[in-house]
Amino acid sequence: MTAVPVTAAQRRTSVRRVGLLGMLSLALLTAVVVAAGRGQLDVAPAEVVGSLLHRLGLDLGPMPSHPQGDVTLWTVRFPRVVMAAVAGAALATAGALMQGIFGNPLAEPGVVGVSAGAALAASTVIVFDLALVGTWTVALFAFVGGLVTTILVYLLSRDGGRTEVVTLVLTGIAVNAVASAGLAFLLFLGDQQAREEIVFWQLGSLNGSRWEQVGVAAPFMVVGLVAAMAMSRRLDLLALGDRAARHVGVDVERLRMGAIVVVALLTAAAVAFCGIIAFVGLVVPHLVRLLAGPGHRLLVPASALGGGLLLVVADLGARTLVAYADLPIGMLTSLVGGPFFFWLIRRARRTSGAWA
Amino acid sequence: MSATRLRAEGVSVRLGGSTVLDGVDLDVRGGELVALVGPNGAGKSTLLAALAGDLDLDAGTVRLGEREVRSMRSLDLARRRAVLPQQGRLAFGFLVREVVAMGRAPWARTGHEDDDDRLVEQALQRADVVHLTERSYPTLSGGERARTDLARVLAQDTAVVLLDEPTAALDIRHQEAVLSVARDLARAGRAVVVVLHDLSLAAAYADRICVLARGAVRADGDPHEVLTAELLGEVYQHPVRVVDVDGALVVVPVREEASCDALLS
Repeated sequence: MTAVPVTAAQRRTSVRRVGLLGMLSLALLTAVVVAAGRGQLDVAPAEVVGSLLHRLGLDLGPMPSHPQGDVTLWTVRFPRVVMAAVAGAALATAGALMQGIFGNPLAEPGVVGVSAGAALAASTVIVFDLALVGTWTVALFAFVGGLVTTILVYLLSRDGGRTEVVTLVLTGIAVNAVASAGLAFLLFLGDQQAREEIVFWQLGSLNGSRWEQVGVAAPFMVVGLVAAMAMSRRLDLLALGDRAARHVGVDVERLRMGAIVVVALLTAAAVAFCGIIAFVGLVVPHLVRLLAGPGHRLLVPASALGGGLLLVVADLGARTLVAYADLPIGMLTSLVGGPFFFWLIRRARRTSGAWA
Repeated sequence: MSATRLRAEGVSVRLGGSTVLDGVDLDVRGGELVALVGPNGAGKSTLLAALAGDLDLDAGTVRLGEREVRSMRSLDLARRRAVLPQQGRLAFGFLVREVVAMGRAPWARTGHEDDDDRLVEQALQRADVVHLTERSYPTLSGGERARTDLARVLAQDTAVVLLDEPTAALDIRHQEAVLSVARDLARAGRAVVVVLHDLSLAAAYADRICVLARGAVRADGDPHEVLTAELLGEVYQHPVRVVDVDGALVVVPVREEASCDALLS
């Protein structure tokens, strides 16, 4: 096979691809190191790196100077920071996927109620103290709850192969309302401890993340991300609309059902242990599209990295903005995401027809 | 490729309780450009969708070669027939070059993948959108979108090409250019079906014209046989004149002064 001449445009695209992914990876790593060091017990970034390298068996860099430093890093900080990165990556990837299959840039797990559905199912486990499959029970229920809600939103909001912005947002309101009612009922049923856990769910927090939880969430996220990458070329074609996508050979219904399962998987990965963290799936894919265009082969991995970065930074803010307080991270992301959502709707109205 | 044959037999389609197509037969062979004409609501687009394999038929069959289109996998179908939709839409701001390259998707991971760059380049040129390659699709005008979609269809490089009103949004120069491209496709052995409203354009470029009215084929044949004032007047419910200008048929509606007077009085 002879080599195909690569056009200048393609070379530009691949340079941009490597550049963006490289920059995001670097930013994510830096954020993880800095975030892990900050808190009530400060550890310098160099010492964080040193501690990491020593764990990897490399005798390089300084160890944390504080006697409790190393223990704090490995039992409290790292699990929490890694969980933030995992949850952020999962939510942003889920957002990018949903926007692709709905053909609508406003689709996002939090906005359309998938997060709420998953949280409702997870709360049921807490209140009734279910333990069908051990630690996995919460994650399993969150997955099923997310799956059912995604299918519901999909069926309710589609008309003639398309999803109107208004229909989607209104469906989100309806689904969120029903899920809140369910959560309220569970709050009423639950005991003191269950209530606290449910409230924590609705606010969203990474407080108290443990390695075992990371161990459950991370595989979900990785499987979901790999599956999303495998769909990326077909997701591009879906932008043509259902009929035209079929005309270029996409099995639209199969792709869509597959993507819905992946969205539920990713959302569950985040929601099961961190609660409802809205707008990450909305903000991140949009920023990536502004930088790199709408092609899913770059959008999906870049969103995953960007989502991880965003949540690591947001969680750092949640821990350190107010001294001796751990702000709910869902509150922070909504504080940023709400106005962003508003701006998107305004822009959609101005360029009406582009994706109304 | 000349063995290509797209054949509809006794096709009936009911949509929302009303019969849109009623026992339609249409046979298109490789090398032919067939124009589908008829008044609004005659079922032209529905017939094209049936030919494309988009619709479940209530009766009849559509066969591409030996196989029924509804029984084919969408990928196999996509390698044999391309469809230009009536109205181009795109959910995200892909560049024109990327949209045209989407036409190559059915050939990914096949030996034909090596032709991707050449065919995309060729398609951009033939649809006259080379100057738009780095533009974002949603920022284009209606006519530019239509030509971009056409380029995507050309890049798909299929034996059967179905075009739904490809000239609706185009100026005179591009109308002629697009139909020349369609005729070239037919000359190269492909089977081409075009839905058209402009009867004079149909007369100039089509090898055969199929006139649909109320979901049935009213006439099907050589443009000179089909385009008669009598038939068209009846089908369109408006009197027309068919004029021969240097060998080219031109269809003009009759505009009577009298009717204007009647309206004014």
